[in-house]
Amino acid sequence: MAFHIIDRRLNPGGKSLENRQRFLRRAKAQVQSAVKKSSQDRDIKDVLEGGEVSIALDGMDEPRFRREGGTRDMVLPGNKKFVEGDILPRSNEGGGRKSQPGQGDSEDAFRFVLSREEFVNLFLDDLELPDLAKRKLADTESEGLQRAGYATSGSPANISISRTVSRALMRRVALRRPRPQEIAALEAELAECEDEARRAELIAEIEALKAKAKRIPFIDPIDIRYRRFETIPKPVAQAVMFCLMDVSGSMSEHMKDLAKRFYMLLYVFLKRRYRHVEIVFIRHTDRAEEVDEQTFFYGPASGGTLVSSALQAMHEIVRSRFRPSDWNIYAAQASDGDNSISDSEPVSRILTEHILPVCQFFAYLEVGEAGGYSFEMPDSSLWSLYERLRGNGAELSMRKVRDRSEIFPVFHDLFQRRAKQEKAAS
Amino acid sequence: MTGQRLFEGADWDFATLQRIHDACEEIARSELGLDTYINQIEVITAEQMLDAYSSVGMPLFYKHWSFGKHFAFHEASYRKGLMGLAYEIVINSSPCISYLMEENTATMQALVIAHAAFGHNHFFKNNYLFKQWTDADGILDYLEFAKRYVTQCEERYGHVAVEQTLDAAHALMSHGVDRYPGKKKLDLRDEEKRAGKRRLHEERAFNDLWRTVPTGPAKSRQVLNIERRRKLLGLPQENLLYFLEKSAPRLAPWQRELLRIVRHIAQYFYPQSQTKVMNEGTATYVHYRMMNRLHQQGRISDGNFLEFLQSHTNVVFQPEFDDPRFSGFNPYALGFAMMQDIERIVTNPEDEDREWFPEIAGCGDVEDVLRGIWANYRDESFVGQFLSPNLIRQLRLFHLHDDPEERAGIKVDAIHNERGYRRIRRELSRQYDIGYIDPNIEVVDVDLAGDRRLMLRHTVVKGAQLNELDAKRVLQHLADLWSYDVSLVEVDASTDKVLKEYVLNPRIQPAAA
Repeated sequence: MAFHIIDRRLNPGGKSLENRQRFLRRAKAQVQSAVKKSSQDRDIKDVLEGGEVSIALDGMDEPRFRREGGTRDMVLPGNKKFVEGDILPRSNEGGGRKSQPGQGDSEDAFRFVLSREEFVNLFLDDLELPDLAKRKLADTESEGLQRAGYATSGSPANISISRTVSRALMRRVALRRPRPQEIAALEAELAECEDEARRAELIAEIEALKAKAKRIPFIDPIDIRYRRFETIPKPVAQAVMFCLMDVSGSMSEHMKDLAKRFYMLLYVFLKRRYRHVEIVFIRHTDRAEEVDEQTFFYGPASGGTLVSSALQAMHEIVRSRFRPSDWNIYAAQASDGDNSISDSEPVSRILTEHILPVCQFFAYLEVGEAGGYSFEMPDSSLWSLYERLRGNGAELSMRKVRDRSEIFPVFHDLFQRRAKQEKAAS
Repeated sequence: MTGQRLFEGADWDFATLQRIHDACEEIARSELGLDTYINQIEVITAEQMLDAYSSVGMPLFYKHWSFGKHFAFHEASYRKGLMGLAYEIVINSSPCISYLMEENTATMQALVIAHAAFGHNHFFKNNYLFKQWTDADGILDYLEFAKRYVTQCEERYGHVAVEQTLDAAHALMSHGVDRYPGKKKLDLRDEEKRAGKRRLHEERAFNDLWRTVPTGPAKSRQVLNIERRRKLLGLPQENLLYFLEKSAPRLAPWQRELLRIVRHIAQYFYPQSQTKVMNEGTATYVHYRMMNRLHQQGRISDGNFLEFLQSHTNVVFQPEFDDPRFSGFNPYALGFAMMQDIERIVTNPEDEDREWFPEIAGCGDVEDVLRGIWANYRDESFVGQFLSPNLIRQLRLFHLHDDPEERAGIKVDAIHNERGYRRIRRELSRQYDIGYIDPNIEVVDVDLAGDRRLMLRHTVVKGAQLNELDAKRVLQHLADLWSYDVSLVEVDASTDKVLKEYVLNPRIQPAAA
């Protein structure tokens, strides 16, 4: 009898993916609020990790007609001591008359696991990259190369071996080039042959074959093919994110922690939009230096505060390594707002002349000590300076943060969809 | 006699599966006399098994969010280790498709092939309920059609509209089956063709002029008396989906077709819900016989056989009622115990058995008797006729009667003694009676002269009324499909007293017709 074994393991998986997406779409509001809630009590590093969320199944029920109550008859296994006519007292909960698990409304609290991607998407769903004046930079295209068939001319590095060899083979077959085996066979026969007439015949034949083989080369220049490339425009798919932070003595660990959280969120967000995101850490006291992440957040430093030094450093790095036409540039600056008065002039100059014109987005985050409300923070010297620049039309985003729990709202606020922003502005 | 070992250790490849299948097939033909569909064995991964779980075990199904919900739910509990996955899934189709998990050991694959590819397969092909209600040849094509049709509808009429219709249809799914055989056998292939033809005909025959043709004078209301109206509408009707498909006044043709699809699928699963004990019992009995025979023939080593015994014992484990693990009867355990008990009665009966089962006691041909039972019974009748006093004693069954009126407590009505056997057997058989499990809800009338209200009636048996919240939600879906008001009365079966009445309006008010 016919019988089949089929290996389905290699079939594309994720057959339920679409159903799952439909489910998430339907439960979007609930899932989103659950995601927000669960991300609040997580470490920022873990925001990326996805994980379990619990949602109320409002509007997600699948009702069926179910009966409950009434007189019930049951047959059960494992009688130990009952005899006919015994009366068993009911337990207080009404004899386990509660609805069965897995049915109807008892499914209300529903826990399931979101993948990392789903989590981040939902988390950042209502956010958008700011559409600022330099929008055209976001659309800047660079040239990329793409394979486009074969050509008869080109650089030797682009020779397509397989195509060339197969064309040579075709030509050799078509022109009936004698194969080395044939000649070898004839030569072997010649070596053993005694008969003179036959030997002469063989020698002539071998000569003819060899001559023909020589006339028809193994590879002819006309066989050679080169891989052809065409240039096509490619959207810029890389971004660089500058993290500027004041590490002078007045910045406490708490403030650095706030700044770090903000940077992480920005990183996650950019990562979602760009294939390649680079981060540059610049810390400054009265001098600025580019450092690695560890040093940036945890390295000891002390000294005065000169914000312009950091901006100058960023400007130089942009000029030397990140051409604005190739890179989308984002910058976030965190500081407690202290800056020497004499520094105001250089800061506003560098910012307006060099940095803002090339940045997609520049955010200033003023961090304060825990406790109290951020709106009670007095305007610092840096804050008032930026405020003034903003008044003059500079594209700056600025917020004050004091407490860990404010980071998410502030971040959301900064990147909310444009329609809302406009409404807020008007 | 010692045969060639089918496999050694836990590893297997496709040649092993082939050998196992052939060895099992030989036993199936020569010893058990099984009659099966051609087998198609598919090896799948755990993730694919989860996929299959969420679409009710079928290899292809239309898209709906509720399947995604189940998938998320299963996946979460699987990843946490709360839930193991089944070793196999088997589909009642021709060829009979069995899914085997790739991580099963060779012994498990043998067990599963014997269980699914022969046990279930034989049951699907021969049991009268499956013969009557399902079309194994056509099901896969029909599902393919359903999937395509739903997708087309989504493209034409939008996701939201299709989803609403399917939501409503799913809520009524348990009341979308015919319980009594109709005139002819279901032919799903034909069904698919007919759906296409129907649509074509409607498109071709559509002519807007027809609307303007004057109709004759309306018949007086007296003529349309209640009896006639009910007859015209085919009332009372307990297949709610069928009734809506045929009679709901404002459904679009594609909505009717969707209801029809859901109804056909519900009907396809209808026999499975009525034969859980028998189906699993048959498959378990078959795999037990086959594995024992293979071991006797020396084709399975002692070590592998022990591994089999361990899995088998887990499968047929029945916790007692006071065990925290107890959650009702395990259909594998009860079914297998009954099959084995029948084997004992047929081959080695005692006087009691001769008295209770005169037709089969001691007749000697176990396979013949079992094949007859597999073909002609469902759970209710199977338990009702073949649960023996011996097994009642062995399982120490007892019957509880719980009357909420009775303040003192729950009464032990019968135990495993001479007076109790028949009562226990009757009550257990009733637990499997679909007529008792599902609430008895019928469409009784439509107020054609008035506000077109659809009237339903739930006949309340033993005081068990509907859960109010769920009933309202389902009726809301029903009202949305019907487009006018829907009422449901709950009436006590013995006293005809009305216990409760629901009235729901459709969420979308019908525009003036």
